[in-house]
Amino acid sequence: MAIEKGDIELAGVYKRFGDFTAVDGVNLRIPDGAYCCFLGPSGCGKTTILRMIAGHEDPTGGEILIGGQNVVGLPPVARRTAMMFQSYALFPHLSVRDNVAFALRVRGMSRADRYRVADAMLERVRITELANRLPGQLSGGQQQRVALARAAITEPKVLLLDEPLSALDEQLRIQMRTELRRMQRDLGITFVHVTHTQLEAIALADVVVVMEKGKIRQAARARDVYARPRDRYVAEFLGGQNVFRCRVESVNGRSVVVSGVDMSGIEVPVEAPGRIASGQNVDLAIRRDDIRLHRTPPSQGADWNSIGARIQAIEYQGAFVKVIMENVGDTEFVVYVPEREFFEEPFEVGESVVASWHAERALLLA
Amino acid sequence: MSARSNTAGWLYVSPLVAVLIPFFLVPIVVVLVASFLEHDGYGGMIAHFTLENYKDLFTSELTLRLYLGTIKFALLTWIGTLLIGFWIAYFLVFHVRNQLLAIGLFLLCTVPFWTSNIIRMISWIPLLGKQGLVNSVLMSTGVIDRPLAFLLFSDFAVVTAYIHQLTIFMIVPLFNSMSRIDKRTIEAARDAGASRFEIVRYIVLPMSRTGIALGSIFVLSIVMGDFFVVKVMSGGGSASIVSALFEDISVLQYPPAAASAVVLLVVVVIMIAAILRTVDIRKELGR
Repeated sequence: MAIEKGDIELAGVYKRFGDFTAVDGVNLRIPDGAYCCFLGPSGCGKTTILRMIAGHEDPTGGEILIGGQNVVGLPPVARRTAMMFQSYALFPHLSVRDNVAFALRVRGMSRADRYRVADAMLERVRITELANRLPGQLSGGQQQRVALARAAITEPKVLLLDEPLSALDEQLRIQMRTELRRMQRDLGITFVHVTHTQLEAIALADVVVVMEKGKIRQAARARDVYARPRDRYVAEFLGGQNVFRCRVESVNGRSVVVSGVDMSGIEVPVEAPGRIASGQNVDLAIRRDDIRLHRTPPSQGADWNSIGARIQAIEYQGAFVKVIMENVGDTEFVVYVPEREFFEEPFEVGESVVASWHAERALLLA
Repeated sequence: MSARSNTAGWLYVSPLVAVLIPFFLVPIVVVLVASFLEHDGYGGMIAHFTLENYKDLFTSELTLRLYLGTIKFALLTWIGTLLIGFWIAYFLVFHVRNQLLAIGLFLLCTVPFWTSNIIRMISWIPLLGKQGLVNSVLMSTGVIDRPLAFLLFSDFAVVTAYIHQLTIFMIVPLFNSMSRIDKRTIEAARDAGASRFEIVRYIVLPMSRTGIALGSIFVLSIVMGDFFVVKVMSGGGSASIVSALFEDISVLQYPPAAASAVVLLVVVVIMIAAILRTVDIRKELGR
């Protein structure tokens, strides 16, 4: 098998700082030219992984391969990686052009040559008119473009981005998000992006890696992590799901019947029923937008499940309305109703309703 | 209302004014006035305006020699303290990972200051003297067969003592400046492929400019205004601006002494102004 030049492989990588294990045995393969997002709360080890790929931190154990070559111990330049730092770390005493040209300067390129290359890169990120400014005179979005240009100037195989959007305000963040994706397609190289914002991750990434406490919980395509989370942690971190604690009542063929607090006889299809036994505790996930609300029990087919609930709060969200139910057991229960549908016959806070969903839409978590 | 806010404003600055006027402004005015008076040669000053003191000063060849000599000491000391101070501060800030250890080592730099200036100077004598430690080691190892005479009571000894005394004044502002450098910019430079030397050259050095300027002000103005180190360490072989001034005072010729004090003040102020032009000191102090 021909190994692509910008693919990254982490094999049993772990990192300890004193007694603290920041990264706890991570195995992962990121294909060449992919946009990969590491997603997790602060302290989950995602930045440490990024820094180990970049060469700013050495793993305590394991191997890191870039383009099939073990890069542990190599300096960043030899890895052909470039990093875009959190809050950018631009050189405050150098002009935008000199910031971008810095890597070329230390490679010994003449002033005229490096300025030519830097100006071409500035044009690519659309900040040509700022070339002579100092970083302190730029807005957050402009600084980000400079940081991106500075990182991309060396034509790296892999670009590593540490929370690149966290210093920006909401509107700019969405704009720069599109920009990042455009740049990645443009450059055609692997991007590894660390974030704690799930919206950012699923909007950008080909591969989303959800992490918790130094371990990978799920690494999959954005749609898979969102729609088919592997466990409760991933489902809750990505959001958009209701996760109920249930108990398996019976297993029959391709589906199981579960019950929980305030619910019973709920049918859920499973792919491998052999691994589930009755009496087992499981987590049941149903997407918030897959649930319908009714005033009276609907007469739907046998493959529909329903439970009773009381509306606790209603939040208008624009495209949809967020209806918050009273907790089911200890878990929150939220339904997203399409905006138009909601206002045909609006529900009131305090109303008792029936929530129903098609059995196929429910998911049993590991 | 504006009268009241004016009063309040004056009240706010009054403590500083109360210190500055009697201890700074008045002495300078006294010296300035004295420099324009005649003297009777026995410690008395005659209240008669004259430019004679300045004329003597500017026509004397000695003045130029003294200034050149002192400026030479100042520049040599400046280079020495800058080289040593920069590397010590750089090491403490960027290479000592444990911050507690860095602060501990930083305090260690101040240990020599726990003893008096004179003791610190005298302690060079057994080290640099004809039968001193350096000479006897060099002779016993056969590197030289005659003691090196330039080690003590020489310009070399003066500059050595100055560097010993003043390096800390370079370390402190440099340490402060370098501590403010975001460590991630260093990493970013490393990420771009800069070697350790290139990081110092292109990132650390330009970003510690303010610290260098502050340290330079301390070192240069102290050397320019000193006579004691020159006197002791040169063994009386060299003189400085202030030592000539001190001679005037000891023979009770106050107006000529006042005139050379005023000239020195102007020269030092010009030096400091020149240094301040290269950096925005307010940026550093204000943050």
